[in-house]
Amino acid sequence: MNRQTADHATLADKFNEDEPRVNWHDQTLWWVRAKRDRIAWTIPEWEQLRDTASSIKLNALGNLHDYLLQFEQQAQQNGAIVHWAADAAEHNRIVTEILQKHGVKRMVKSKSMLTEECHLNPHLEANGIEVIDTDLGERIVQLAKEPPSHIVLPCIHKKKEEIGELFHEHLGTPAGNADPQFLTAAARLHLRKEFLLADAAITGVNFAVAETGEMVVCTNEGNADMGAHLANVHIACMGIEKIIPQRKHLGVFLRLLARSATGQPITTYSSHFRKPREGQELHIVLVDNGRSRQLGREDFRNSLKCIRCGACMNTCPVYRRSGGHSYHNAVAGPIGAILAPNLDMKDYADLPFASTLCGSCSNVCPVKIDIHQQLYKWRQVLVKEGYTSTAKTAGMKVMTGVLSAPGVYKAAGKMGRWVMRAFPGMVNNRMNPWYKQREMPVPPAQSFSEWYKKNKKST
Amino acid sequence: MSSREKILAAIKQHQPEASALPSLTGLSGNMPGTLEAYRKVLEGLGGVLFEIKAESEIPAILAQQYPGLQRVIAASDIQRTWANEDPHLLEDVDMAIVPGQWGVAENGAIWITEEDIHVRVLPFICQHLAIVLPRERLLPTMHEAYEQIGAPQSGFGVFIAGPSKTADIEQSLVLGAHGAKSLVVFVIG
Amino acid sequence: MKVGLFIPCYIDQFYPQVGIATLQLLQKLGCEVEFPQGQTCCGQPMANSGYEHLTHQCNSLFIKNFADYDYIVGPSGSCVLHIKDHLHDPAAEPQAEKIRQRIYELTEFLTDVLKVTSLPARFPCKVGLHQSCHGQRGLGLAQMSELVAAPFSKPEQLLRMVEGVELVPLDRADECCGFGGTFCVAEEAVSVKMGKDRVADHVKHGAEVITGTDVSCLMHMEGILRRQHAGVKVMHIAEILNQYTDEQANS
Repeated sequence: MNRQTADHATLADKFNEDEPRVNWHDQTLWWVRAKRDRIAWTIPEWEQLRDTASSIKLNALGNLHDYLLQFEQQAQQNGAIVHWAADAAEHNRIVTEILQKHGVKRMVKSKSMLTEECHLNPHLEANGIEVIDTDLGERIVQLAKEPPSHIVLPCIHKKKEEIGELFHEHLGTPAGNADPQFLTAAARLHLRKEFLLADAAITGVNFAVAETGEMVVCTNEGNADMGAHLANVHIACMGIEKIIPQRKHLGVFLRLLARSATGQPITTYSSHFRKPREGQELHIVLVDNGRSRQLGREDFRNSLKCIRCGACMNTCPVYRRSGGHSYHNAVAGPIGAILAPNLDMKDYADLPFASTLCGSCSNVCPVKIDIHQQLYKWRQVLVKEGYTSTAKTAGMKVMTGVLSAPGVYKAAGKMGRWVMRAFPGMVNNRMNPWYKQREMPVPPAQSFSEWYKKNKKST
Repeated sequence: MSSREKILAAIKQHQPEASALPSLTGLSGNMPGTLEAYRKVLEGLGGVLFEIKAESEIPAILAQQYPGLQRVIAASDIQRTWANEDPHLLEDVDMAIVPGQWGVAENGAIWITEEDIHVRVLPFICQHLAIVLPRERLLPTMHEAYEQIGAPQSGFGVFIAGPSKTADIEQSLVLGAHGAKSLVVFVIG
Repeated sequence: MKVGLFIPCYIDQFYPQVGIATLQLLQKLGCEVEFPQGQTCCGQPMANSGYEHLTHQCNSLFIKNFADYDYIVGPSGSCVLHIKDHLHDPAAEPQAEKIRQRIYELTEFLTDVLKVTSLPARFPCKVGLHQSCHGQRGLGLAQMSELVAAPFSKPEQLLRMVEGVELVPLDRADECCGFGGTFCVAEEAVSVKMGKDRVADHVKHGAEVITGTDVSCLMHMEGILRRQHAGVKVMHIAEILNQYTDEQANS
């Protein structure tokens, strides 16, 4: 667990020390957003598709108990071994025990945000099991000893030159070579060896179908398949909210997922795992870790509809200019900011405030989660539960007192404007965060209401 | 109480009132299921398409497109000794030729099942992949595809759309991540 | 038609000219307008900071001031949206509901209620239109670039009625400027960076004036422009739509 103590504003401030890099980060992700827009416009039924996906997910949440039982039964009939984990610790314990039972010392893992959420890698390493992340972006951040900064594009914060250096150090590529084509080819060779050696493979799950007990895993690289089809043990780790009712519903989600995520029509591979390969063991770990609690929060349960496309991150003007690590959580961006407080209100009390509530996230969300409304609602909850500073609360109370009494408001306004005109230094100084990079408005001699009193008859 | 019971009890207590499932009709719009539409999308994904009349035309085309192929295997080969060997031994396959069941024009994807490929890892571990798809098996969207596929008949199935790829390094698209580096689709008939 | 003029607190205190332009514009279009003197703030700054539960006095005051009007009109999409979404008072819920239904942001009032098709306005200038998020995505003043849906823009519709206005295109038609209420000081670095980027888009495309439906966004962008000595001005849309009257009055 690497819990950071700095909050989003502090980490974002640090990220902004290098403005050209912020520009690069912003433009790279905006380009992904623009690709998403272009491909969405090729589907005239796009908004209907979003509505449908959202309704299917609502149905899934309303029947989650039964669907999970159905999924479990089907999966068992298919020959899979199903495990239930109440929290991250239990998930990690289950996975470790499976691996230990098979004497696994080195294994491959394709992308799974759930295992990031549970901090599985450090747990396995502490138990003497080496994990090789096989998604290229994840392997890069793993070599850099960093967490992913984006759920779909894990190393979007890294420049190719930095990746070239990492590969030079760890994979022995020539120093100074930062060509993406060359680096990808080097990673292919390096990871092929790992795939061929691995005794076990962990994959995430994009969709689990209650009707059939099958799991769909989507990748562009083919790493989930290379791992799962070569290893003798396949462990699929999934949050309980990944359940969808029927197979035909995959059509809706697979049409939306990649288009929303990267602007491509579908991922290269949409693999439907139903039965273990002959001679293989297939384990499915169903993880709660706060999800059943979130299900009970009426205002926030829709966050469980998320299909982890990352569109809300790519469109978020704050995410693009603060970077994924500023959210100090496995899932960054707007969706991370509404999921994280459910995990720990104290640690993540800052995240719902890391937004202007512009609403772009809700508009790109393929399952129509009202993300910005939930950010607003989390703010109310966090204040009521006492997770904001007492100074802020005191300030707010003074503000409310002034603003709810017209006489006091008028006097204060007049006084404030007079102070600003007479002693600009009192507000125009480094202590005022507004003034640091912005001029204060020029205070007028009279307010509108003063003007109105004098002029209303003549207009 | 086991975790299973605990989780299920919490869900039962917290889940919202059940809502109806939406209808899936009308979602495909006027998406064409034509060869032209399919070809355009596939080429956009970095794949190549050849129209052929018979499978016998394939070797010549491959020889021209991929000079120097060493190990080429076809899933339809009646011999296929490799199907009973350790899948790791497929690591040196340069080209695998496999049959596809359904092609989807809107996204270039082709549905393939375990029965078609015999060894699950085959279309991933090969350096290059060729899929043979009957012309009449092209469909407009994923909705028609799932209608046709119906209930699962096999332990593993996959939609493959183009060669494997990544854009993880600065969003630069590179074909050939871990799976096949290129894809040829032969539309037959 | 009796219109209650809702002038948000920071406009009252810092941008009285926006209040004046709004009042004159509405009067010119034939509305009977009153400005209830007891008004202060809609409560949004507190609510967006998580203190919605402290806004009940603001709510009661708002209801007291505006319950008797046929329409309530304000030159701020953000404040209007807050009232529309959050104005409640257990002691006066019917009045609160009426206000929520009858409150309009200025431009939507002009296009949807008054159904204005022409304006006696002239403003020969290259203008960049900033789509403030709460007006655009919250009130639906304009189509949002994220949606696959037919475009429209109520503020643009009105600006096109003004003789001489040349609207400049933007690279990012509706990206947030980064003001965001208390966000502008709590997340100073990101807020300013967003503002700088937004302003740069307008400047790059030759805007001489940046306009919009929300003074808060404009105040933020103005602060950045003035620090940069950019020479580009900001004006609220009411000031442009009311421009001709001003010139006549001055001459």
